[in-house]
Parts: sequence; C-alpha cells; structure tokens
Amino acid sequence: MLQDKIQDVFNEPGCAANQAKSAKEKKKGCTKSLKPGAAAGGCAYDGAMIVLQPIADAAHLVHGPIACLGNAWDNRGTRSSGSQLYRTGFTTDLSELDVIGGGEKKLYRAIKEIVQQYDPPAVFVYQTCVPAMTGDDIGAVCKFAAKKLGKPVIPVDAPGFVGSKNLGNKLAGETLLDHVIGTVEPEYTTPTDVCIVGEYNLAGELWLVKPLLDEIGIRLLSCISGDGRYNEVAQAHRARVTMMVCSQALVNVGRKMEERYGIPYFEGSFYGVSDMSDTLRTMARMLVERGADKGLIDRAEGVIAREESRVWRRLEPYRPRFDGKRVLLFTGGVKSWSMVSALEGAGLTILGTSTKKSTPQDKERIKKMKGDEFHQWDDLKPREIYKMLAEDKADIMMSGGRSQFISLKAKVPWLDINQERHHAYAGYDGIVNLCEEIDKTLSNPIWRQVRLPAPWEPAPARSLLAAAE
Amino acid sequence: MSHIQRTTGQRFPNAAKAASTNPLKMSQPLGAALAYLGVDRCLPLFHGSQGCTAFGLVLLVRHFREAIPLQTTAMDQVSTILGGYDNLEQALRTIVERNNPAMIGVATTGVTETKGEDMGGQYSLFRQRNPDLAGTALVFANTPDFAGGFEEGFGKAVTAIVERLVEPSPTTVKTQLNVLAGSHLSPGDVEELRDIIESFGLSPIFLPDLSLSMSGRQPSDFTATSLGGVTVEQIRSMGASVATLVIGEHMRIAGAALELKTDVPSHFFSRLTGLEASDRLIRTLAEISGRPVAAKLRRQRESLVDGMLDGHFFYSRKRIAVALEPDLLYAVTSFLADMGAEVVAAVSPTQNAVLEKLKAATVMVGDHSDVETLARDADLIVSNSHGRQGAARLGVPLHRMGLPMFDRLGAGLKVSVGYRGTRELMFEIGNLFLSREMDHDAHPTPHGGDGHACGGGSCGCSAV
Ligand code: SF4
Repeated sequence: MLQDKIQDVFNEPGCAANQAKSAKEKKKGCTKSLKPGAAAGGCAYDGAMIVLQPIADAAHLVHGPIACLGNAWDNRGTRSSGSQLYRTGFTTDLSELDVIGGGEKKLYRAIKEIVQQYDPPAVFVYQTCVPAMTGDDIGAVCKFAAKKLGKPVIPVDAPGFVGSKNLGNKLAGETLLDHVIGTVEPEYTTPTDVCIVGEYNLAGELWLVKPLLDEIGIRLLSCISGDGRYNEVAQAHRARVTMMVCSQALVNVGRKMEERYGIPYFEGSFYGVSDMSDTLRTMARMLVERGADKGLIDRAEGVIAREESRVWRRLEPYRPRFDGKRVLLFTGGVKSWSMVSALEGAGLTILGTSTKKSTPQDKERIKKMKGDEFHQWDDLKPREIYKMLAEDKADIMMSGGRSQFISLKAKVPWLDINQERHHAYAGYDGIVNLCEEIDKTLSNPIWRQVRLPAPWEPAPARSLLAAAE
Repeated sequence: MSHIQRTTGQRFPNAAKAASTNPLKMSQPLGAALAYLGVDRCLPLFHGSQGCTAFGLVLLVRHFREAIPLQTTAMDQVSTILGGYDNLEQALRTIVERNNPAMIGVATTGVTETKGEDMGGQYSLFRQRNPDLAGTALVFANTPDFAGGFEEGFGKAVTAIVERLVEPSPTTVKTQLNVLAGSHLSPGDVEELRDIIESFGLSPIFLPDLSLSMSGRQPSDFTATSLGGVTVEQIRSMGASVATLVIGEHMRIAGAALELKTDVPSHFFSRLTGLEASDRLIRTLAEISGRPVAAKLRRQRESLVDGMLDGHFFYSRKRIAVALEPDLLYAVTSFLADMGAEVVAAVSPTQNAVLEKLKAATVMVGDHSDVETLARDADLIVSNSHGRQGAARLGVPLHRMGLPMFDRLGAGLKVSVGYRGTRELMFEIGNLFLSREMDHDAHPTPHGGDGHACGGGSCGCSAV
C-alpha cells in the first residue's frame, strides 16, 4: 500500500525534475540515499506534519514512542487566527509493552479520548517508524474509529524511515487527496474562489497577503494549510483556481486536483515584489478565464500599481544603507529564490546561493539571469562557509536556523529566513519587513565590539575589525 | 547493559490516559546525546533513522543556542529489516574520516531496538574489523525510545562511558576529585561547582562536563564535534582520584560502576540546592581536602541565610505545582518545601525511585495537561518552556527550569546549586510572588479587599 503510494509520488508527471529522468531513475525516486554518519534533515513524518499541522482546529495525534513528538512539539512557527488545538501535542507514547503486544488498541483509545474531550472536526493520526515495524495497521484503526465515533479520523501513513521531509510533504498531500479534499461542500461558492496549496502561514505571513486578495475580490476558499480549518480544506475541490506555492513539495496536489475536479493550477510565490505582482495578476487572469467578472483584472492591476509604488518608496531609504553589502543566501531552493530580485532591488549584492535542492532547470534559470559570476553551491561544507565569512567575504548570511552558528561564531550578521523565523516576509509588506530586519542586524553596534581583541591579546587579529569600523 | 539492577519500589499513579497530551517526557537517546556532548571532541551518534536526530538536534539548539554536533546511522526501511550493523560501521568510519573525533558516543533508538541489536556484540565486531580506528574511543549505550526518558538516557550514557573508558589506577592523586554530574545540573551549575571545589584546593574531573562545551564558546575554526568538555584522557584517569561525588539518583548506577571498577570511594548527593544540601557538600569537601572552608563560601552562606529570612514571607504556604525530570523535580520540590511552600503537585515524565522521596500533595507520572489540571488554583508552576501554554490558559505564572527552555536567553547558564545558586533561585521565584503581591496592591482584585500581603512591612512598605 504505502510502497505503491511512494512509487506513485515518485512518478509525478507534474514535477519538472521528474520529467527529465529516465524510467530507471524514476524508480529510484527523488530521495537520495542517505550516507550514514553524514546525513542531516528531517524524516518523512516530519514533512507530513509540516503540511498538515497548520490545520488548526484538527487534533494531530502521533502514534509512536516518545521520540517523534516528545522532542519536537510546540516548535513550529505556523499561526492560527482561531482554534489553537493544533498546538496541543498528542501522542500514544508507546511503551515496551505496546511494542511487544501491538499498539492498535491504545491508538483507538487515544483517538476516542481526544474526540470525547476536545471534539475536533477531525483527527489526523501519524504513523511513525516503530509501530510501522511492528505492524500496527493505523489505516484499519482509523477506519474503525471514524465509524464508531462518527468523525473523520485520517491516517497519515508516512513513517520517518521511508524517506525525507520532502517525501513526507508529498505523502501528506496524497493523504488530503484521498481522505479530505472533496468530502465537504461549501455553503456557497463564488466565481472567484481560490485554493492556495503549500502556504503554512509561518509567522502570520498569509495575513500579509489575504487583505490584498479580499480587496481585489478574490475569495480564499481554502488554504492548504496555513491558518487552515478542516472543513475549508475539505472544500478545496470547489475552488476555481489553485495556486501552488512551494511547487516541488506539493505539486501532486495541484495536478491531481486538476485531474479530478478540472481545477487549473499555477505556480506562484508571495516572496519578492515582482513575484507577488505576477501571482496576483495570474490569479485574477485565470479566474476571469474561468468565468469571473472581467473587472477583477482591473482591480488586481490597481492594487498592484498602488502596492508596487508604495513598496519601492518604502524600500528607498534602505538603498544607500545597503550599498555594497554582500549577502550569502542559503535557502531551501526555489521558494526563497524569488527573494533575490527583491533584495537586489533594495540595493544588496547577492553573492550566491545554495542549489542543493534546486533542479537542473532551476540552475539553468539562475545562470541565465545572474551570469557566471554568481555562485551556485551544490554542497558547501559548514567549515567552508565559516571560512568565507571569517575571511570577510560577505556582510551577512541568510539561512535556516540550523546553520546560524556558522555565521554567528564567525561574528558575522545572520538572519533566519526559514521555518522558525519570527517575522513575516511574504507579500509587499513582507519584503519591507525583511529589509528592516537586515538593516537592523547590519547596523547593530555589537559587531564592532565582539570583534575587539581581548585585553590580553596583542593587536586586532582579523581584517574584519577594520571592515567594521 | 549494566550489571547493577535498580529496584523500583512503589509505582506512582500514571495518568490513565492513552493519549499523552503535551508531553513532559523526552526520549532516552536525547539524554544520552547531551551526556556525550560533555566530552571533549566528541560526536554523538543516534543509531536509527535520520529524523530522530533532526528533532533532537533542534531541541538542543533551541535550548542552548549553540551548534550541536549530532549524527545518525540513517537507517531506512530496508536496513531496519536487515539489521543495523552495516549502517553503524559505515557511519563510524565516515565520522572518523570526516571529523576525526576523540570519541564517538552511540545511542540506540526505538528503530534499532525494536528489532533488538546486540550492541556489545557489535562493538566487538567493529573493533575486530576496523583495527585502524583503534585510536578513536567508542561508547555504546542501549537507549530505546519506548522505555525510560531523558534522565535515564543520560545516566546510561555516563554508565557506558565509565564502563568502557575508566581504568583502575595503582596510585592516588590526593587533590583529584571525580564528579558524576547528572543532567539536572546546568552548564552553569557545573561551573559553580568547579569554583566551589577548587576553593578547597581540589581539581575536579566532571563527567560529563557541559560547562566547558555548552556555555557559549567562540571557536577559531568550525568543528563538527563538541568543543570542550572532559577529555578522554581525563576520563581514563578517574581511577586515580581521591573520591567521587555522585550527584543525582540517575547517576547512582554509573557511580556504583565507577567504584566497583576503581575502588575510589563515592559520596552520594541527591541534591545540591538548599541550605542543608549545600552544607553537606561543603562539609564533605572540607573532609576530603582537609582544608578549611574559604572565606568566600562563608560569606555566601551568610548571605543565603539572610536571604531566606527576607524571602520566607513570600513563600509561606504558597501552592506550587512542579513538573520536571525526576532528579530536578526532587531538588526543586525539596527546596520549595524548605522555604515553607506547599507543593500541591509533583509531576514526573517517568516512573523513578526518586519519586518515593518527594514531599508533595500529589505525586504522579504524567504530562503537561495533567499539570494543567492539578495547578488550577496554584500560585506558581515550575516547569520547562513547554509548560507555557497550560500556564497561560490557567493564568498562573510559570517559572522555567529544566530543558527545553527555548523562550529564555541563557537557559544553560542558570545556577541553582550551592549557597549562591540557591540564593539566586530563591530570589528569582520569590520575586515572582513579590511582584504579584505588589500588583494586587496597585489594582485591588474584587475578592481581595485589603489587598496587602507583604507580611507587615517585609516588602519595604510601611504597612502594619
Ligand atoms: S525517523 Fe521515525 S522514529 Fe525517528 S522521529 Fe521520524 S518517525 Fe519518529
């Protein structure tokens, strides 16, 4: 069952990287085999949680020993404007006895307790490695529980060891397609109903975008899954257009929604000024093509024109301050790539970016846009990054939390642009937020102080010192 | 693993729930990883799937705000069926090639323990097949996720280090003292203890020594191993010490193993927080060293006694719920009782012998949702950062202790041992009560007519 699903995901025709592969390569799937002793990154279960947990009014129950949830709950930045149930960590916390005797009964009891005590619209049950090994059939338990308790109980079959976070994203998408999307009808529909897929409302980013959609007259019928509600996600099949945000991770959802319900999709991004405008433009155009009122396009253009002039005006003060400042950008691929043009627009120089998660096509695209000068690092070791920073080859590093210490230990400014960040960077306002954060850290007075030699050290040991004065 | 069996006496009530809700428990391998991180140039390795490592790493990074070296044998679906030895061997070889650590500390996980890997056998096999890696110390601990918890894992790793590395010594260094430092001691606590011990002219060897690796380092190069900590050579030489201080119930097995192996006499301390507990430590150190107590410590004791006199007003009969790892739970609840507070609930993530010694109205094995139920009319909750949601819902202040503490700076550097540490902890918690009472004075609550509860001018006011 699960093997078929995984193979199916790997055969995804909507994935550009996949289309370029031979049949044999496809069979191997997109998970690179991990090297023991030199691997990093989350598991498939982690990836599934990232996609589904933002559904805020549902209960999310992890079936496994304590490691999978106990070490990892209340650690994501996704926000909800209503129900906070998603922030409650539920786990069956399997003990030795459950491992020997099977955990299915305990799982059922756990589901029942949650339904009785919290009465959520649905319960998502996440499979993990240990019960997958001992053969707990979470699909059967969920089916039984759903019938007994009269609530959707959804098995998320993505135990960690089947692969990477990315695979987990996709399996979560499949779960929604199989069990959720299409199970609830909206009270009413409009010709401007859209569904956004792959937006998790980190640090409340969706809220920087939604007011613009409202103003244009586009109704966000369903977001998968930022600030999500179970019933809204279940209504996604009535959208007129789907927008895919992080295209690679959930492309299966967009394509299958097109296949099943005839909803056209496009890939867009909320990061960066031009990408944001393109997204609004495309969304309006596609809705009109599907029969929405033509005035939608004018309203969209009006909003775009106003917001663009406003954002450039607001970025203007940063330009002289950013002049000559060099940025190292390490991100998870395409999504934040669209930030590059915006940052350059604000006067920063982007030295290069990591392309570990980018496809060959992406890399071509980057090369075309940026020329050969621009570095594309495939697999830069932490030590090498540290060296570059310590040798004053960049003024700031922007990356995910995992690599922050490479920069901070080299006493070079660092900015979090991944999952755990505390600031919202999406939309027009978001790019101003981003520049403000960059400016705040670049101009902080500590950089000069922390680079000073200690009283017992002879003279400034590093060129950095001079650069900071 | 160990030849010493701990007998668990009384069992404390478990929440009768099937769904652990907002867990307090963290996994055994995570505790083991932290212990390994207190060894210099060490790389902890989880024998399991990569995801477990990623989660553990994030948790420790968020707590310590430090780079955390942690690797994985990256077991996948196929290797879990075939057995993990190949992955383990490959991981160990890769790590030595890339990072050349002094020690690799291996902790098994649920994934490898479900099938049941014979780690002792695998150790021998690895050594046999890889004579070229004889220069790297290897320590293996069995730490399944589905048994025990964070403290147990920490204890098992320390025991494994002792059993694998410590050697008996024919000679004794009169000034060398071992300290088995449990996970309830923060890097800041270990630093404080070093200060106290050194004031007696003794040189301590801490196992593990998180004060050197986890208290904020500025490296001159970027390494993928721990930076600082007790060295492998120091660990090997523990047999030459004059005595061993064993701190915390979860260090007992390691302590017994050390004594059995080296004949170095050990002194057990269940806690080092509180006046009497600190007195015992100082007395012991004075006896071992034969030196008088330093003037600094005498002043600190005086200051603590004075602080207790000033502070007790605010503690008397305060109702406090505490949820922490067992040994820290014991230290904190005992200290609160020492100050005249009432511990209404003590919640532990796991069954543990130390729970029998707790002085609390309710003692149970549970999670943060149980704390939420039990702390309804408490004046304070003491727990890790995960307690914040429940505390906020109840409107009860939360004093953060233990791990993880991701929403405070300097989490690893808090000091709560010895006279000085006790005094700091007492002031910090006391100030929470004090500020509440002052607030109530400023905005009288409907049910608090007269409102003033400073106990007759103890807050500096002129109330009579
Ligand atoms: S790899 Fe498996 S056992 Fe580890 S956290 Fe992921 S699901 Fe849990």
